[in-house]
Amino acid sequence: MTDPLDLCGLRLAHPVINGSGTFDAIAARRAFGDALLERFPFSAFVSKTITLEPRDGNPPPRLYEAPAGLINSIGLPNKGLRGYLRDDLPQLAELPVPLITNVMGSTSDELAELVSALDERSEVDALELNVSCPNVKTGLDIGADPRELHAVVTRLRPLTSRPLIVKLTPNTADVAAVAQAAEDAGADAVSLINTLRAYAPHPTRAGAAWLGNATGGLSGPAVRAVALAQIRQVAARVSIPVIGMGGVQTGSHAASVLEAGATLVAVGTENFRDPAAGTRISRELDDLFAKSGGKSGRSSGP
Amino acid sequence: MTSRTLAPFGRRTLTVIERRQVGAYVVLAAADPGGPLPRAGQFYMLAAAREWGGREDERPFLPRAFSVLRVREGGPVLEFMLEAVGPGTGRLVELGPGDGLHVTGPLGVGFPDPDSSPPTRRALLCGGGVGTAPLAIWQDELLARGEPAPALLGFRDAAHAPGATLLQNALVATDDGSHGHHGLVTDLLTAQLDADDRVVVYACGPPPMLESVRAICEQRGVPSRLALESGMACGFGACFGCVVPLRAGGYLRLCVDGPVLDGELLAEVPAH
Repeated sequence: MTDPLDLCGLRLAHPVINGSGTFDAIAARRAFGDALLERFPFSAFVSKTITLEPRDGNPPPRLYEAPAGLINSIGLPNKGLRGYLRDDLPQLAELPVPLITNVMGSTSDELAELVSALDERSEVDALELNVSCPNVKTGLDIGADPRELHAVVTRLRPLTSRPLIVKLTPNTADVAAVAQAAEDAGADAVSLINTLRAYAPHPTRAGAAWLGNATGGLSGPAVRAVALAQIRQVAARVSIPVIGMGGVQTGSHAASVLEAGATLVAVGTENFRDPAAGTRISRELDDLFAKSGGKSGRSSGP
Repeated sequence: MTSRTLAPFGRRTLTVIERRQVGAYVVLAAADPGGPLPRAGQFYMLAAAREWGGREDERPFLPRAFSVLRVREGGPVLEFMLEAVGPGTGRLVELGPGDGLHVTGPLGVGFPDPDSSPPTRRALLCGGGVGTAPLAIWQDELLARGEPAPALLGFRDAAHAPGATLLQNALVATDDGSHGHHGLVTDLLTAQLDADDRVVVYACGPPPMLESVRAICEQRGVPSRLALESGMACGFGACFGCVVPLRAGGYLRLCVDGPVLDGELLAEVPAH
């Protein structure tokens, strides 16, 4: 077993967590029962993105199998803040690992309300900001622009004492500059990469889109090389911990993410292929560490 | 009572013990030692343990969802009915005895216990193409309970019609008239309901057929239980990709709230 890790004060049994929106612990418990809790595959659980108001999500089709990957256009369906606090949080609190709640808002007021409300709940161990969303007031993608992101994180930082993780979008000109802005504004960690914006043509109707929302996000092994490059860029720039993800399917892939400078590795699309992928990947990572006679990657941030 | 058997957590690798051709279809049987007995209508996510990928467009990548066709006691042994229509099914039908099959399951909610249906209504099964699969295991269960459970099955042509041999007591329709009624299985359904509509219709098949069944049943006030299909990435509620719109608004996930749904929940069976 890997030594316990510390991420911004959270004690984690191993370095493998899930990417937001790639594992629904409540639905998985319906399918697998309490065996899920006994063999929980991640050292912390990251929730799906929660928004202030409930969302139905995008019209189907929502999935397209891409070359060595998946394009999804799910549209962040969720019960909204009140539904999350009322229905989901008590169930998520039964998980045997720390809970990281992911939130998104289209204005800094919305985000402020989410962060303040979640800060009051002891079940929430950390917050992750999904900033892959346009600011409806400025029209700028919050996470694509360093100044925009700096302003938002500066506004939110005083509202919570919980660790604040910023989930970076890869759809930006300079991901390291955005990561730097998050750190400067007081973020405790950054996570990357989110999905790459992608489009799938309809297989039979020329000129039409396959996905109900036209564009989606690409994930899976197809993005791994892009993820490693961006994780390296960001880890070289910031001194806060980096949570790396993108196409991780094996312990060896996870080791590459840690070697790129990440403290933790998140598994995403591979969970769809094997719900217990996190367990397998952390075990394979252990085996690699044991073979190399020590720890790989860097330890927790300062 | 919910018709759900819990799945062992995680993907496991079974061994294929038999591959047989049933007309244009392939039936794969795989031993699942120690695995749970699925409920009729539940499904498994399947992938070949080797060479899953690298075909046309570097696919397949994701596992594929299949209702269980039939379960043999002693093991148990799971049977799946496949037709090669794309890179995933194309790879799966190549598997033979000794090959590894990754499975996660049983997943989802199957056909509701007949005891929960109005007792004055008999079961009538209605299937199209590879949608025959969940009706076979369901008929096994109904017959064991002493219900006659007649079936109406539709197939494209003579090559596919042998799929009807997977069930007992079946009336067949083919699109090309090569077997049975020349026309749609819903023609047979309409005729049956004209004769006696004190039934519950259990149906599975391609979306246009299933929508037809839903609409016919709704029009006549006959309860329907529909096993829907959808592309799925995960099968256990993680990806939110397999949603169907509800009559009451919003969506539900077929993989955890279905795949068997009460027809009354839907305004329409979606085309995808």
